[in-house]
Amino acid sequence: MSELAFFIDHSRCIGCRSCVQACEECDTHKGVSMIHLETVERADSVQTAPQVCMHCVEPICARVCPADAIKQTPDGVTQSSLKPRCIGCSNCVLACPFGVPKYQAAIDQMMKCDYCYDRTSVGKRPMCATVCPSQALAFTTIEEIGRTRRGRPIRRWVFGDEVVETKVYVMVPEAVEEVRLDLVALSSKAEPAPAPPRAPHERFDVAALLEEEPVHGR
Amino acid sequence: MEITGRGSDAAHATGWGLLTAGVVVLGILLGSRGLKDFDTALVPYAGATIFAAFGLGYRHAMWLRRPPTRLYWRRGWQLFFTPRRLPSNLARLGERLWSNFVVQRFIFRRGALRWAAHWWIFWGCLLAAAVTFPLSFGWVRFETARDSQALYQAFVFGIPVFRFPLDSWIAPLVFQVLDVSAAMVLVGLGFALWRRARDRGALAVQQSSDLIPLVLLFTVCVTGILLTVSTHFVRGFHYEFLSQFHAVSVIFTLVYLPFGKFFHIFQRPAQLSISFYKDAGAAGPQAACARCGQPFASALHAGDLKTVEEALSIRYAAAGAHYQEFCPACRRKMLAITQDGIWRAAGRPRPERP
Repeated sequence: MSELAFFIDHSRCIGCRSCVQACEECDTHKGVSMIHLETVERADSVQTAPQVCMHCVEPICARVCPADAIKQTPDGVTQSSLKPRCIGCSNCVLACPFGVPKYQAAIDQMMKCDYCYDRTSVGKRPMCATVCPSQALAFTTIEEIGRTRRGRPIRRWVFGDEVVETKVYVMVPEAVEEVRLDLVALSSKAEPAPAPPRAPHERFDVAALLEEEPVHGR
Repeated sequence: MEITGRGSDAAHATGWGLLTAGVVVLGILLGSRGLKDFDTALVPYAGATIFAAFGLGYRHAMWLRRPPTRLYWRRGWQLFFTPRRLPSNLARLGERLWSNFVVQRFIFRRGALRWAAHWWIFWGCLLAAAVTFPLSFGWVRFETARDSQALYQAFVFGIPVFRFPLDSWIAPLVFQVLDVSAAMVLVGLGFALWRRARDRGALAVQQSSDLIPLVLLFTVCVTGILLTVSTHFVRGFHYEFLSQFHAVSVIFTLVYLPFGKFFHIFQRPAQLSISFYKDAGAAGPQAACARCGQPFASALHAGDLKTVEEALSIRYAAAGAHYQEFCPACRRKMLAITQDGIWRAAGRPRPERP
């Protein structure tokens, strides 16, 4: 059996915010939640997306840090910025391909999800994965994920021409080998003309929305 | 702005290291009036300081060879000295020096115990440095006044500056100032060790490199205070051993200065530079997200970051778009939308096993 790993399955997220609350319990950033839970398009969809740090193999946040304040542990976990070094420039916040680091203005420091290092370093599961009722955030073995989930876990991403490998996996269909963002299609430049407003009973008909063609961008 | 250094990093940094060490040597020679005021008993300390100066020059130059550091270093000076902004920058500098360095408000917001530890160690070390470096460089010296055995005379750069009676209240304060600074540092170390032993977050992420500076400072302070105890209370008991132990611990600390956690002392002023960079960014145009259209950073910062990414070979640019032009929130949404699209493209899913 291989070691425990972190898996994200966006399709399972029910937007309950348990992860957001539980994240605050982490000892390394007590009282401050580091996880992001995006409501993708609140008016038209119930879709929500949790985003933890993906713990890149070569973290871009660390590469762009002028203070050399972001370090990885030997087991590949990218830590929050070192308190004595971080100068609060927000380079990491703006450069992270996953939009993860948070700049805390009051303490003039960047903080981020650190894989609940106080827990995972002693064999426990991260807080968010522990409380996630639908296991959209799962901390288990790759064999167990393969046995219980559709699709397969991957950890290769393409942003523009930049290829990023991560420690955290995401679930995708069997044939997919990487997640490639189509930046042109996703930008507002590619946005189609706004559809006429739907009647209220149609706006929140989730079943009908799921049957529609995917809409990129907004 | 050119942010990729030319030539060998090591050669460049060695040059700066030698220059910094040379400036200290020159300072010793000039300040001690051609070594006339130089106390040869303090040679090991002066030697270690010269080595530390070399190390600091080397490490700082190496640090500035990193493209992001190099860019913000140059940009910081450029923006601070912009004539139009200089008067307000100078006013803000005073306020920020007070807030960030004197009272260290941002550390207090990180935690009262952390602040207490840092504040006592910071001021204790600064007081000790203000005394020991000038003494070991021969810039300051004391001697009995020529006209009275009961008076002590202080010289700075060979110039008599003040004298005080040996039986006055000021005399023990001058002679024991390093004991005062050691006590301040020990108070701070007490807070630091208390926090590190009890805070579960600190226990999870701290490494040996976090404890080395505390151990070094503790050794310097305790051996220093024991020298006073040996002199005044136990008739010089083991004074020679203690003085050598103290010297070794100080030399280790000086040699460690450029290469360990203490280097943050020399990095920290960059925090000030960034605050002026943010001021200039906020006053200028803002970068709007390519997806939601909302401003998410200053155009100055977004542009500079693209330059840094290019220098680091981070290839966010693609035909027709640049990933740096999307705000962090839209990046997270785009990831979700993309994955959703991948699943839809794959067709209706088969049911999962329980």
